[in-house]
Amino acid sequence: MGTATLPPPLTKKDFQTDQEVRWCPGCGDYAILSAVQSVFPELGIKRENFVVVSGIGCSSRFPYYMNTFGFHTIHGRAPAVATGIKAIRPDLEVWVATGDGDALSIGGNHTIHMLRRNVGIKVLLFNNKIYGLTKGQYSPTSEYNKKTKSTPFGSLDRPFNPISLAIGSEATFVARSVDVFQGHLKETLKHAAAHRGSAFVEILQNCNIFNDGAWFSLTERDARSEHVIQLEHGKPLVFGKNRDKGIRRKPDGDIEVVQFGNGITESDLVVHDAHHPRPSYAFLLSHMEHRPGFPTPIGVFRAWDDLPRYEDVMNQQIKDVIAKRGPGDLGKLLRAGDTWEVK
Amino acid sequence: MSTLAEVPPVKNKREVLDQAVIRFAGDSGDGMQITGSQFTNTAALYGNDIATFPDYPAEIRAPAGTIPGVSGFQLHFSSNEVYTPGDAIDVLIAMNPAALKVNVADLKANGILIVNSDSFKEGDLRKAQMTSNPLEDHSLDKFRLFSVELERLTRRSLEHLGLDAKSMDRCKNFFALGMCYWLYNRSMDPTVRWIEDKFKNKPLLVEANKLALKGGYSYCEATEAFQISYEIPPAQLTPGLYRSMSGNQALALGFVTASQKSGLRLFQGSYPITPASDILHELSQYKDFGVMTFQAEDEIAAITSAIGAAYAGALAITTTSGPGMALKTEALGLAVAVEIPLVICDIQRGGPSTGLPTKTEQADLLQALFGRNSEAPIPVLAAATPADCFWVAIEACRIAVKYMVPVIILSDGYLANGAEPWRIPELKDIPDFPVKFASDPVSFLPYKRDPHTLARPWAVPGTPGLEHRIGGLEKQDPTGNINYEPLNHENMVRVRAAKVAAVAQDIPNVLPAGDPEGDLLIVAWGSTCGSITAALKAQRAKGRRIGHLHLRHLNPLPSNLGEVLKRYKKVLVPELNMGQLLWVLRAKFLVDAVGLNKIQGRPFKQAELDQKIEEMLGL
Repeated sequence: MGTATLPPPLTKKDFQTDQEVRWCPGCGDYAILSAVQSVFPELGIKRENFVVVSGIGCSSRFPYYMNTFGFHTIHGRAPAVATGIKAIRPDLEVWVATGDGDALSIGGNHTIHMLRRNVGIKVLLFNNKIYGLTKGQYSPTSEYNKKTKSTPFGSLDRPFNPISLAIGSEATFVARSVDVFQGHLKETLKHAAAHRGSAFVEILQNCNIFNDGAWFSLTERDARSEHVIQLEHGKPLVFGKNRDKGIRRKPDGDIEVVQFGNGITESDLVVHDAHHPRPSYAFLLSHMEHRPGFPTPIGVFRAWDDLPRYEDVMNQQIKDVIAKRGPGDLGKLLRAGDTWEVK
Repeated sequence: MSTLAEVPPVKNKREVLDQAVIRFAGDSGDGMQITGSQFTNTAALYGNDIATFPDYPAEIRAPAGTIPGVSGFQLHFSSNEVYTPGDAIDVLIAMNPAALKVNVADLKANGILIVNSDSFKEGDLRKAQMTSNPLEDHSLDKFRLFSVELERLTRRSLEHLGLDAKSMDRCKNFFALGMCYWLYNRSMDPTVRWIEDKFKNKPLLVEANKLALKGGYSYCEATEAFQISYEIPPAQLTPGLYRSMSGNQALALGFVTASQKSGLRLFQGSYPITPASDILHELSQYKDFGVMTFQAEDEIAAITSAIGAAYAGALAITTTSGPGMALKTEALGLAVAVEIPLVICDIQRGGPSTGLPTKTEQADLLQALFGRNSEAPIPVLAAATPADCFWVAIEACRIAVKYMVPVIILSDGYLANGAEPWRIPELKDIPDFPVKFASDPVSFLPYKRDPHTLARPWAVPGTPGLEHRIGGLEKQDPTGNINYEPLNHENMVRVRAAKVAAVAQDIPNVLPAGDPEGDLLIVAWGSTCGSITAALKAQRAKGRRIGHLHLRHLNPLPSNLGEVLKRYKKVLVPELNMGQLLWVLRAKFLVDAVGLNKIQGRPFKQAELDQKIEEMLGL
């Protein structure tokens, strides 16, 4: 077979549609779209085998801009629609684009159940900590006491931590990246793509209209290295502008931030193990950002791929029954049980 | 396979009847549903026509012996065609005072009343809120009362097995069943076979239940308690092979058949809800037919997973009851907008809200027709009898894939759990409806329509060159791109409506049963068919000129319906709701139809229909 018969490799352009992108100028969603369109051609998957499914919200317009099969469903239900697709066609590469309201508020139930079942779906949760499409109400990830259109005196809800929620649902792949960290985002998406089971990626995303600067403390150049810690499997948990701080285990099992010096070196730090079969350690990491003096982790918290995918188990069960009973005979089925003849 | 010859000879007087109605009533823990089903199966196997009415409480085990805990199973079996479970009963088996109290009003004068006298102690009477013992106070004198110590006699039959008292008492329903088999000269063989299969891993229970059954039979023979026994010869049904069929079972079999006839994988997304769960139980057994069942996290995921499966090329269904239907509403709108095939079964029950979970009602018709935001028409079909559910399931699937629409099937608790003899069809007599997925990228547009059906192409993911986007936002005709232009929206709303209206071309003209024109037309739908058929027969036998039109298609309606309505002087619409089809017919045809409405969680009695018909005819 000569090379002339091979189709040309796919490019970013192959994943762009002719539809006008209707996000606000400056929206973080553009950066996420660009990263996804860059990563998809590199995955070695035929374009027709991609399906992008979404719910409702700014982020959920995503499928219209991806030149793949796309399904813009209803608010919160994308994981359930995607589960139906995967059940029937496990061979398809199904990605869900969702937001903090879509996935964690109206669709919270479907999110946790998809994760516990380990359906082979990649979920990109665009977290801007606000309701953008409905013009600025607080979301389930908004900080406590947030003043918004619907909470002029401050919101009273404690926020969800999407990473904790996903790990609590025993998701087998949980990661976080940031819209403006293009390189990191693409790497994270590739890690997610390589995972067979459910892959949950929280993408911190800026809504420059209704919640501008929600992540500035992590994304501003000066602040970045002090406030962000990158998780890399097999590497110690180091952070800081001078890379002189890290995360150490305490005797009681908790973690603490330590400064190098006074006998403390990198060798005292926790070495990141994303492949641990149990979710407890990843859960501990997911709580760091709520504690004074701790950095916010980005990267892959957990990537444990030993659990079979739900769609595979579903189809295997059918194969097993057919192997045991033989393929169903409809004529026999209709005549099953006690019958009698009327002459 | 008649087993008459296997019945032991009896010396008592035997009387031949053409029909009987028997009701087993007891506590919900007494096994009345099993007892009733067994008698039904035996009657059906013998060749009688049958109609059943299981009536049980929503509570799995209400406090024992109380009125709310009473569970009943009624069977009408006959040597003629039967249409209803019967208005009044010939034989009542009451396992306790509560069961007696709830059911005795339906027993005919001089009817046979078998009671378990062991459960008529003071405490039992108190639980049933009775102040005196009906077995002693002559309040039952108008019946043929048989007080039988069911517990003591059952224990005596089983005492050598070494079972504890509780286990022995649990066999008393089979003792009672054995008595009924003697009374109606029935073979015990089918039930013996059932017991052997049911308890195949528990030999002691096989022995105990068989002994109890035979104990009841022998008791009647030995004591000559009943001076008479009855025979009800087989009915003259259309020749063929038969089995007993309930509505939910028929739906499940219909869907498997539709899957094979269409060549599509069957996917069921469902969330357990009474009285629809049995469809999930049934289909989950058919993995060898490639059936994929998904018990979703909620009603919404049940339908949306089915939408996903349909999008991926499956024959997708979701099954529920009224409250679940309400939750699926938004997703139904999505299915309308993206125009994918989907079948939704609503097994109606009493409402609103949780209502009467185990009781029947027909009050979801308007919900099925209109219960969505904006203009979202959906074809709606209704099954008329338990066995009819099989055919309705196939037809709904055929319409769904042919027109690329969601289709709603309305059944109800009465059809779901009721059973009737079903003549098993020959598979070759059921037409195939093969489906063609879009595959040609050259002329592909997601909303380019078939000129005849207005269906859009079914373009499943994974097909090269057909990458496209669909969703709940308004589409541009025919590109499928998002479009908010006023005229495009009006056009799309009208096209979606026209597509559903076009389904009428597949609906044959309707022909009323009974008189083709006359003084009164009864128009109805769903599970009321049996009672109306019985009433129609009785009324026409008296020379009254009446027709009966039972609608299977509720949206779109049959094309000639308006014309048929004009052939009668009056129109009666009996429904188990406040008048929903009535409302539709009056609005659509400006006909001065009259309703007969019952909202009691129970089917119509024939007498109720007779009375209304006679009132309308001025008799």
